Amino acid sequence: MSTPAEWIVKQPQGLLVKPASAYIDPMQPVEHAIITHGHADHARAGHKHVYATPETLAIMATRYGQDHARFIRPIPYRKTVDIGESTLTFYPAGHILGSAQAAITHANKTVVFAGDYKRTPDPTCEPFEPVDCDVFVTEATFGLPVFKHPDIRHEMKKLLSSLSLFPERCHLVGVYALGKCQRVLLALRDAGYEKPVFLHGALSKLCDLYIDYGFNFGELIAVSDVADLRTLAGEIVLAPPSALADRWSRKLPNVLTCMASGWMQIRARSKQRRAELPLIISDHADWPELLRTLQDVNAPEVWVTHGREDALLHQARKMGFKAQALSLVGYEEDDSS
Amino acid sequence: MKAFCELLDRLYFTSSTNAKSLLLQDYLRTTADPERGWALAIVAGTLETKLFTRSQLKDLMAERVDPELFAISYDYVGEMSETIAHMWPDSPQKAESGLPSLTELLDEFSSRSKSDKAEYLAGLLEHMTASQRWALLKIGTGGLRIGMSTRLVKRTLAEYGNVSIEQIEGVWHGLKAPYTELFDWLEGHTDKPDVSDRVVFHPLMLSHPIEQGELQSIVPDEWQAEWKYDGIRTQLVSRSTGKALFSRTGDDISHSFPDLLQDIEINAVIDGELMVYRNGKFGSFNELQQRLNKKKPSKKLQQTYPVAIVAYDALSIDGEDLTSLSLVERQSRLFSMLAQQKHGQIIPSPSIDFDDMDELAKLRQQASDDSNGNIEGLMLKRRASTYIPGRPKGNWYKWKRDAKVIDTVMMYAQRGHGKRSSYYSDYTFGLWDGNQLLPVGKAYSGFSDEELKKLDRWVRNHAVGRFGPVREVEKALVVELAFDSVHYSKRHKSGVAMRFPRVHRIRWDKPAAEADQLDTLKKMIL
Repeated sequence: MSTPAEWIVKQPQGLLVKPASAYIDPMQPVEHAIITHGHADHARAGHKHVYATPETLAIMATRYGQDHARFIRPIPYRKTVDIGESTLTFYPAGHILGSAQAAITHANKTVVFAGDYKRTPDPTCEPFEPVDCDVFVTEATFGLPVFKHPDIRHEMKKLLSSLSLFPERCHLVGVYALGKCQRVLLALRDAGYEKPVFLHGALSKLCDLYIDYGFNFGELIAVSDVADLRTLAGEIVLAPPSALADRWSRKLPNVLTCMASGWMQIRARSKQRRAELPLIISDHADWPELLRTLQDVNAPEVWVTHGREDALLHQARKMGFKAQALSLVGYEEDDSS
Repeated sequence: MKAFCELLDRLYFTSSTNAKSLLLQDYLRTTADPERGWALAIVAGTLETKLFTRSQLKDLMAERVDPELFAISYDYVGEMSETIAHMWPDSPQKAESGLPSLTELLDEFSSRSKSDKAEYLAGLLEHMTASQRWALLKIGTGGLRIGMSTRLVKRTLAEYGNVSIEQIEGVWHGLKAPYTELFDWLEGHTDKPDVSDRVVFHPLMLSHPIEQGELQSIVPDEWQAEWKYDGIRTQLVSRSTGKALFSRTGDDISHSFPDLLQDIEINAVIDGELMVYRNGKFGSFNELQQRLNKKKPSKKLQQTYPVAIVAYDALSIDGEDLTSLSLVERQSRLFSMLAQQKHGQIIPSPSIDFDDMDELAKLRQQASDDSNGNIEGLMLKRRASTYIPGRPKGNWYKWKRDAKVIDTVMMYAQRGHGKRSSYYSDYTFGLWDGNQLLPVGKAYSGFSDEELKKLDRWVRNHAVGRFGPVREVEKALVVELAFDSVHYSKRHKSGVAMRFPRVHRIRWDKPAAEADQLDTLKKMIL
């Protein structure tokens, strides 16, 4: 067992690191799970042992309850621990609060599982840190040269100018509950928006968790606490994407549907969502960021887990890296992106 | 043009037609002539010339980006303009304020040579944002789809000028970009423009499919029958000031038929069917298709597939408006005029004598069988009917031949397998149920390989959504399906299913709104 390709294998449950007897972000309950971040498609309940950052474990506990795993092992960033015949170190991935790259060393080789990541500054989490390694395992959610995500400040300006252009319309913004929601809230405050922001019930638990971590979102009001919903005309309401087309949103006055996601860059995707105001806000690396990361990390070998791998493989090879696709399935590509 | 690009983006993402109308009105109110007139022409799709071609664009891209990355991206995005808009290398300095006005833009493109155009285009793209690039590419290649039907544009203009939509209809086809006459009138500076002597399209009178129960009402005294020819509906406008041939939607198709127009020397507006006509015999619809959408038909094509108009109605003759006369009167004037003129490319379509419906039914079947499909049934028209644009009730019926057919709208497409892998060859079709389309069936056959390529291209250019391997397409392509029978079924949301549906004809010429209603299909259930 010398080369990483021999000790890391694809299984139906996910990627298995043999010397650690642990899976990375497994799709089914397993004995040992290394979890990179708290999004539901990566962090599932029911594992026996979970290794994750303290923040990720807190998110899992908030979502699934304290008993989501039999044993949990909080490992802060940059602290190396032994797992079986290997060592594990987490480094920030810049994706959401607590998101981590998992660096695993065995037989003098280091493999970095980047999980989901981005390079754009995000005040809700520590920035991505390039780590020296032999194999860099990257996602490719937005792995096409058409994806160039604009500055979030630009998108907030779009939202606020729509609000002043249509002051009678309730601006309902679809945001994923974990990460996107809190990032949008901070960006709104940063853009000088001081009015209360109204929240769909599904968003409040995770916002509270962030507040416990010291984030200040200004005044948040649950939509369920609003006596007269007509007063929401001209206000900003955040809701999970699934609620946009749901009966829930029909009770809101004169809705203008906005959707915050990296997919909104593609017109057809916005149309699918029936988003009248697409906000291109992504928690994943766009194409230029993916390429920059390959360069910064500069690992001789690149593996691509999921997403649009064809273009990234082609480009990585052109840049002189040895590249291959793992074609992992099961990771959602929609709402959390 | 910066403001116009913003308008296009807004219109694109806004779904309510009222909101779209308000957005456009707001733009017209705040924009000067002639800029707003060119903008209107672009939105209404009346700007006929393309500024540049897709192949010019592809060449520009090939100089700038990795072709393999472009191919992968195009396959994913599924739309050329948007792929280019995003992939065009960003220049460090954006000079948005330096964008030309639409007026300048159109001027530049029309005055430049081919290679100059490419250079100018590249310079523009260089300094634009991705969404501005998208707008420019859509304007330039003529593929703008922002959910503004001609009807909605006319409604918007009517609201803008506080006039009726009928008044807009009356002048619309007589006016040209940049529409200064129109705005002068709508803003109250001048009277309504007089377009009576202009060579313009007049909206057509359309028929309803007849239903079994209605056949009893057809009595020989009040009704007449005509053959329903299987060509394309056309309107010939020939005046001292010029002549033109129009499609059923008012597109000027004169350029495709110079051979037909050159010898015509009448002063009239004639309603009829365009057919391939050779040595006194009609050709098939397939043959006619060779002649459609040809910008400059070759001499050979013109000789191989000569065309004629089967004339069945006249809206005016020698400057006299006939639309308020009865059908009988209009036809007698039409036929006597045709009898006086020598050239044989306008053929009268006389009415058929019949004593009762049984006789007519036999004629219909026999003609449909004998004609090799050039006659697809009968038209039943009330003798006293005046010419009313639109689809008035109870005046004109079509009674199609028996192989059951229905005009559906393509809703979804999926790639085929084997020989057809990579082609979108499996389609789901729908019918109107009020304002919404409901799927009624799938079809994978009945078209030629050439048609498959065209359909595939159409699907890629009009995809609006993706559900796994299934592409949702813009609801804009009418396909006539033929089928053996229809019955109730739970398989489709519409509650009906057809037996052996196949593509009978692709109606590139027909607007989706004119496809059939679900009720029409349900009434065919025996």
